Amino acid sequence: MKIKLDILRQENSTSEPYRQTVIFETEDINATVATALTEINNNPNIKDTEGNRVKPILWECSCLQKKCGACAMIINSKPQLACNAQLKDYAKKGTVTIEPLKKFPVVADLIVDRTIMRDNLTNMKIWFNSQTKADETVSDIMYESSRCLQCGCCLEVCPNFYVGSEFTGMAAAVPTARIISAVPEEQKKEIRTEYKKHIYNGCGKSLACRDVCPAGIDIDKLLVRSNAAAIWGRKIGGKKKK
Amino acid sequence: MNRINIIGAGLAGLSAAITLSENGALCNLISLQQSERAQSVLAEGGINGALNTMGEDDNVENHFNDTMKGGCFMADPNAVDGLTKNAPKVIRWLESLGVPFNTNDGEIILRNFGGQKKKRTAYARSSTGKIIMSAVIDEARKYEFSGNIIRYSHHEFVKLLIENNTCVGVRIKDTYTDKISDFKGIVILASGGLNGIFPGMTTGTTQNNGDVTATVFSQGVAFGNLEMLQYHPTTIGISGKRCLVTEAARGEGGRLYIERNGEKWYFMEEKYPELKNLMPRDVVAREMFFVRRDEKCGDTVYLDMTDLPEDIWKNKLSDLREEIIHYLAIDPKTEPIPVKEGIHYFMGGIDTDEYHCTNIKNLYAVGECTCQYHGANRLGGNSMLGAIYGGKVAAETIVSKLDKNSAFDDTIPEFTNITDEPLTDEASPVCIQEISDVLLSGLGIVRSERELIKSLELLNTLENKHEYNLREQNRITLAKAMLMSALQRKESRGAHYREDYPEKDEHFRKTAVAKIVNKNVVISYRELPERRANPNEN
Repeated sequence: MKIKLDILRQENSTSEPYRQTVIFETEDINATVATALTEINNNPNIKDTEGNRVKPILWECSCLQKKCGACAMIINSKPQLACNAQLKDYAKKGTVTIEPLKKFPVVADLIVDRTIMRDNLTNMKIWFNSQTKADETVSDIMYESSRCLQCGCCLEVCPNFYVGSEFTGMAAAVPTARIISAVPEEQKKEIRTEYKKHIYNGCGKSLACRDVCPAGIDIDKLLVRSNAAAIWGRKIGGKKKK
Repeated sequence: MNRINIIGAGLAGLSAAITLSENGALCNLISLQQSERAQSVLAEGGINGALNTMGEDDNVENHFNDTMKGGCFMADPNAVDGLTKNAPKVIRWLESLGVPFNTNDGEIILRNFGGQKKKRTAYARSSTGKIIMSAVIDEARKYEFSGNIIRYSHHEFVKLLIENNTCVGVRIKDTYTDKISDFKGIVILASGGLNGIFPGMTTGTTQNNGDVTATVFSQGVAFGNLEMLQYHPTTIGISGKRCLVTEAARGEGGRLYIERNGEKWYFMEEKYPELKNLMPRDVVAREMFFVRRDEKCGDTVYLDMTDLPEDIWKNKLSDLREEIIHYLAIDPKTEPIPVKEGIHYFMGGIDTDEYHCTNIKNLYAVGECTCQYHGANRLGGNSMLGAIYGGKVAAETIVSKLDKNSAFDDTIPEFTNITDEPLTDEASPVCIQEISDVLLSGLGIVRSERELIKSLELLNTLENKHEYNLREQNRITLAKAMLMSALQRKESRGAHYREDYPEKDEHFRKTAVAKIVNKNVVISYRELPERRANPNEN
């Protein structure tokens, strides 16, 4: 398989971005964008289509099996994980465009600074103040909301989120659902206020996030349950399993 | 008094940070990437603890015995005593943080896991590590807000600062700005396993690149049992790595077979009628290697999960099924899948005592980077337990030694471009691959003196081939220590199987300690302690 990678690069946070095109060839039919980036960086002799040296392409990765969220980037206009973007899906077209996520400040090449996501969770006090327990009525919700990778793909497509906005987006709503589901009595008021202020009030319900979540998190379900509990004061769990 | 510096923000590092915070101590949590990227999120099958919720009359002594036996009696019995005694408490702590373990009538269900005669493994479907990490990250967040924990989440370990055999701090680099800073104070290493020494060949993460380990080894930190690499029996090849098929697949009824004379041969069931497919990982991996080598057999071992009932797929192994379909385009519910052994865990690592102290004063090590708890072979379900418990023990040890009358100095260290020595380049991918190839040829599932000597010679040739930068040299030195540890252990025990010495030799039931002395790697053997009659309650 031979494929053209059109990569948006940037030396550092203040320099001008530029494009570099590299032809990548592989026998591995399961090769992904992550495979391509790794192998290009492993090959010191590789040249771009204009014959220039390809300096190591800076990107973040860790697990390579879509469980850690590190390698989120924009691939053919869609935010996704590089380790989950198989090249064979793009082979027909012959070109893959690779760009850093645009909602976050670029550090270098494909690395962006996603610190705002953690800061938002800290400011919203996303933790349990005291001991809790995931009883069987909320177990599913707590499991689902624990699966968030903190990759940022959902924020990338969200029409309402920007770095610094009061609305903290689905990357905050999902972990918040975990807390709302089993919140100790004395923390209820506080977490509901945070949820309303930073999520409910700002979400325009475009649900664009639903289609890009690499973990396939059931966002509708979590939102419905969190809204019911935090806004309408209903019990979050369904019926207890028999 | 300076903040305590923790290198690594996976489960072990987080556990240490939380325990320090609970005790009023302040720390810096330093990692290359944020906690969500840590390898701990990949743990699937579960966490062990003798909760005895399954009516099997289990107790902590059984857990102790299984862990010691699984590790071929190579682990520190007093450390394992503390680990197994505290395991139920660790699981209850996780439950109190809202971890949705699979339950029945509100009580945690335990599943079968390899090397254990009783059901003892608590789990959250087949993504236990990820689910536990989310809860523990939230708990740490509480202390980030209070200022007890300061995170440095895009920061790289450069080197330890050691004076007179005492660790006085750590040099770190901000990878976003390339500026460096020397953080003074006690250091806890929680930097994970050696995956980066074997690129593409392990089930772990690329973030665990092995640089921290190789650097501290060259700085004089002693290592133990470096020959003990765990090959997990059931992995599948995906692009760029080996992907784990959780042991829970066999715990829930999956069976291994190979074709022999045109028929399915369930070799583990025939050879080991008691634990069958759930023998410890070293045994299963070795048997797979041997049956594949057998002329009468095919060359692929299959994992057959086609008899598992619907509810197990739905409630216990849903993520696993989705993963296998995604990567292999095979539905394991209807068709057996081809599996092969893959490097999964490093039992060996930084040598510590049961309190997680290293040979350097004020330097501690926890989690997979240490050689604690698992001896010659780790049982499934004991890694997350060892990470959480070890982090807690190290933190408590530090807290017990702190001067109660001295306050923490809370000046935030500055990062600058100025250094007394230039930063070293990264190891080149070509060099990393060459070292890995040499190591793999010597440190396979089945080893021999001939192969190990050959590998050491290859490594020497490589070393003299050209000039290497510091990180590359450090890797070569660590690789040498791994091969020498394997060469000198003239017996077979756990993950270390020598075809030329196929039996256990009691003389070698000791910790193989690797250390740099006068620029040379030296391997010595340290006696294991006796189990105390009444080990301290921790």
